[in-house]
Amino acid sequence: MADLVKITVDGKEIEVEAGTPVIDAAIDNGTYIPHFCHHSRLEPVGLCRMCLVELETPRGMVLTPSCTLPASEGQVIHTKTPVVDKAQEGVLEFLLINHPLDCPVCDKGGECPLQDQTLGYGPGESRFVEEKRHFEKPVPVSDLVLLDRERCILCSRCVRFAEEVAGDPLIEITARGNQAHIETFPDEPFSSYFSGNTVQICPVGALTATAYRFRARPWDLRKVESTCPHCTAGEAIEIDASQNQVLRFNGIDADATNQGWLSDKCRFGFEFIGSAERLTVPLVRDGDGFRESTWAEALDLVAERLGAVIESRGGEAVAGFGGARGTNEDAYAFSKFMRAVVGSNHIDARMDDAPAAELLAAVQPRATIGDLDTASTILLWGPDLKEEAGTLYLRVRQAVQKRGAKLVVVHPRRTGLDDRATWKFTYRPGTGFGTLEAFASGAGDFAEARKALDEGPVVAVVGLTGMTEDPTLATAVAAFAAGLPDAKILPVARRSNTFGALDMGCAPGLLPGRVSFGDADAVAAFEAAFGAVPDHAGLDTSGMLEGLANGDLAAAVLVGADPVRDVPDGALARRALEAADFVVALDLFLTDSSSLADVVLPAEGFAEKEGTFTNLEGRVSKVNRIVAGPGQTQPDWSILEEIARRMGRPMGFDSAETVAEEIATVAPAYADLRWRDVERKKPEGVLLDGGWYTPKAPAGPDVDADMVLHLARTLYDDGVAMRQSLSLHHLAPGGVAYLHPGDAERLGVTEGDQVVVVGSAGEATLPVRFDPSLPAGVVYVPFNQAGVPSLGAGAAVEVRSA
Amino acid sequence: MTTTTYPQVLTRRMTEHPADSHTLARYEATGGYQQARAAMGMTREQLVETVKESGLIGRGGAGFSAGMKWSFLAPPRPSYLVVNGDESEPGTFKDRQLLERDPHQMIEGIIIASVANEVHEAFIYIRGEYPKPARRVQHAIDEAYAAGYLGDGIFGSDYQLDVTVHLGGGAYICGEETALINSLEGRRGEPRLKPPYFPAAKGLYMLPTIVNNVETVSNLPHILEMGADAYKALGHDKDTGTFLFSVSGHVKRPGNYELPHGITWRELIFDIAGGMLDGRELKAWIPGGASAPWFVPEEHLDMPITKDDCGQAGSMLGSGAVIVMDDSTCMVKAAERVVRFFAHESCGQCTPCREGTTWMQQILARIEEGHGRAVDLDLLLDVSDNISPGLAWPPKMTTICPLGPSAVSPVTSLAKYFREEVEAHVTEGRCPLG
Repeated sequence: MADLVKITVDGKEIEVEAGTPVIDAAIDNGTYIPHFCHHSRLEPVGLCRMCLVELETPRGMVLTPSCTLPASEGQVIHTKTPVVDKAQEGVLEFLLINHPLDCPVCDKGGECPLQDQTLGYGPGESRFVEEKRHFEKPVPVSDLVLLDRERCILCSRCVRFAEEVAGDPLIEITARGNQAHIETFPDEPFSSYFSGNTVQICPVGALTATAYRFRARPWDLRKVESTCPHCTAGEAIEIDASQNQVLRFNGIDADATNQGWLSDKCRFGFEFIGSAERLTVPLVRDGDGFRESTWAEALDLVAERLGAVIESRGGEAVAGFGGARGTNEDAYAFSKFMRAVVGSNHIDARMDDAPAAELLAAVQPRATIGDLDTASTILLWGPDLKEEAGTLYLRVRQAVQKRGAKLVVVHPRRTGLDDRATWKFTYRPGTGFGTLEAFASGAGDFAEARKALDEGPVVAVVGLTGMTEDPTLATAVAAFAAGLPDAKILPVARRSNTFGALDMGCAPGLLPGRVSFGDADAVAAFEAAFGAVPDHAGLDTSGMLEGLANGDLAAAVLVGADPVRDVPDGALARRALEAADFVVALDLFLTDSSSLADVVLPAEGFAEKEGTFTNLEGRVSKVNRIVAGPGQTQPDWSILEEIARRMGRPMGFDSAETVAEEIATVAPAYADLRWRDVERKKPEGVLLDGGWYTPKAPAGPDVDADMVLHLARTLYDDGVAMRQSLSLHHLAPGGVAYLHPGDAERLGVTEGDQVVVVGSAGEATLPVRFDPSLPAGVVYVPFNQAGVPSLGAGAAVEVRSA
Repeated sequence: MTTTTYPQVLTRRMTEHPADSHTLARYEATGGYQQARAAMGMTREQLVETVKESGLIGRGGAGFSAGMKWSFLAPPRPSYLVVNGDESEPGTFKDRQLLERDPHQMIEGIIIASVANEVHEAFIYIRGEYPKPARRVQHAIDEAYAAGYLGDGIFGSDYQLDVTVHLGGGAYICGEETALINSLEGRRGEPRLKPPYFPAAKGLYMLPTIVNNVETVSNLPHILEMGADAYKALGHDKDTGTFLFSVSGHVKRPGNYELPHGITWRELIFDIAGGMLDGRELKAWIPGGASAPWFVPEEHLDMPITKDDCGQAGSMLGSGAVIVMDDSTCMVKAAERVVRFFAHESCGQCTPCREGTTWMQQILARIEEGHGRAVDLDLLLDVSDNISPGLAWPPKMTTICPLGPSAVSPVTSLAKYFREEVEAHVTEGRCPLG
């Protein structure tokens, strides 16, 4: 922490860290200084000149921008002198002379800093009688953002965000003087995964989002704070709705998590909520299709069929998939339903695409996102964060780009952070264990990077680099990191509330509150709450799918789960659900999976219900309701309670909050955690303690094959939430096979040719694209793209010209 | 014609040897590179002290002591020298002559400045519209490399110095030293914030950098040759050495004149520059480049030309560009033309400059065309005040750099000396001069 200094603002002495921009010091201490270009998360540039103040100097008063003035001991600043007033009024007049007065049709009208500051500081009338400046408008700068150059006041916030924060310097100011304007480069749109942030920070209506344009007036919006439903980083968001429609997500500046930023998937991925394809009534199988039913009929049917399976084959013939798409309360109800009502530990929120549940839920020593801000070295051995954890990617980039932290990236191909990596190591999927061994020993090229990890503090961001990777590699990497002198581990997995679901026991080896079956006392404590609990771990997702497919298991409960799309071996998932005697799905949509169910129950979705999420740090934050679910939809916990009652084993829930109260009573890591405590800590939420799992290092075998498959997620894919968010769905890369040019030559194909990729459990014919960042002998196929059959999780593949 | 009565220093070689003053052969035949050679044997302190003692004022227009500027250079190394040859102030054309006709004189100055400041990498930033001077400079650099005066081990020492020529892209603002540095780095030519980006501390590539004008650097061999005292004696009081005036406009003999300070404006305009064309009357002149407030004969003709006298009279000598206007000149049009220049050259960063200069130009154009309103001159002054609070001299600024306030000078001059002419435009609905 920097030294504290005393400065005087309008006669009031305040104490701030030396070097703080005076504007921030003043505003934080109750003296507002108007501004446009200044943004506390961007470097100060002093362009708009709105924040001019007078500074006392030995040569008299000097007019200076307060955003570029670092606080130093003894400064005396005046923000409301006649000179300041005149200058600020002048700046506003200058900004307005060429600004179109189209506020009535401008998205920003009503929440516009230019409007507000004109009211507070501007001239009462215009003296400008000349012709206003004209530009063609609007021009698209990306698929999601439009630019109106007449409204633009050239504050450069968007330009600076793109360069300083996103690392995508694709938008610039061009021309000069009166003709200066924002522009993208020729044939190169602002195709940033973070473009929507520029809309949020634009102080006028120059940048607007296609998803929101002309949809609402700000004063008609109802707002509620919540937590992003897409990422596992737990971004604080504000949901804006009008007329029972969710219209917009904005990022909230929570220092602990997203600092105001959102990826475009998180920002614009709200459209699925209001989709016309939402399920609104219960559906019951009728031949090859469904018929609508009453809730009573559907619930009776589920209770009867599940009861029959339990009676004939035992509770352990039932598999439970999902929990990650809902709240902690929904997940807890699901976990309790499987354990206490059905009597099965076969439950998994992971879709065979994540590291070990113990690693995700209970690793220690566990890092926070904020620890990235002080790390001297960051080890990133996991997914390409730009594709899979957008705001975490921004945080790592900031640590390296702004602060100079060292970054080690280990991944099978290029990642979004390669341009900032101090060391980058690329390896063939399937050779992770050997690579880790060499890395840990500091052999050869690894020497310097390995050495850097001996000096703390180190944060190791650990997850799966791809879906053909042995999940235990992540455990081995975490074990290596845990053995470093001063390192913490930040485990990464995808999908919404995965961490919360695991914490709630939606995992074959965990009970709610991160309780392991190895902890006999804690398991015994659950017997009191749940009645009998099977005393051994259940099957994970791939085990359950295999069990269903081969008849060992008989029934499945899907809670917001779409294994056919989400697991690497989608064909197995399809066979499993088709083979099951009975499948009930709680879902928002008829997905590839729920459409195979016998009963589909319409669930309330995000923004339609209240509860909590837990992020990848173990931070609990609130999600809130702002619209009513469509039709007859019900929250998951309520549907499960209704089924439980009909099966004669009521769980005792009558509201989400009663679920939360039970969690606080029985789940050790969540002991005594009440909604009101979480609410009170908005927007940061409550960081939970309670890790107990020190990763051990199981060395797995490496895969030896001529061609191996790298199967990894992209930000946009064909998952159901993306498919139902029309602004985003077309941005998915689609089916493509990336090859190193050398491999392509060997196979006799070039860019655009078709190849057949034969995986462990399926094959796909895909167009070739070159990716020189791949090691030789690797084909990279983006996972879950429309029209691409699943290939399976095996690394060894065959690739041939089609 | 009286110019020969004053000693010529910087322009002597090109005057005496017009055919080949730019060649290495001529330069060496007339004593060239002896001072650079001598500088190799001097300490940094000796060199900086000599330049300080000489009283050399930077010739870029800001009027700051060159020796002082050097002494601010922050200790971390490497450091850079950037020679500012982006001569783009309307009416200034003296560097062009120095670049084109005596490039080795500047290169020798670069060597001296580099040795004095432990610089091993120097850049010459030449205005993009100066292709011939740039070619001459590049050729001279090539000659100097071949002769062992640049490159590794110059003059047989173990000192290494490389010099690179960079052509500007056509922006006036790149004459401002921090914008020039941005441009050199390949960025938009926009001035940087000072503080923290004082070139002496955080300049080119964020390293300590000296930015000196072509004429400033060209003076250095002469200062070493004649010594600080003799150099000072060439000038007048605090304005040491000689000074290049670029005289243009309605005079009989426009051109560059190397003169001492202290002569009067009457002498410069009527004796040296030959007086007004076609027997017209002198109406006003711009004493130091387009940014300078104007002078008028009634008040300023017999004033001695010194930095202090100009400053006290509310204007400046700047880079020595004297633009003379006779009584056929419409002063509204003259002001409009100057303001239009600044509006066109504004980088667009700061709101007051970007919006204000164009607005002022639009108002002036409207008055000139006969569509002015009675309120327009006061409006112009108030808009000016919002760019340069108080309309004081030296100007205060609501902007990062002085470009915006520069556009205010013609407007305040108009209001001060030619208010009636403006009012006549408004009341007659046309330009009274026809």
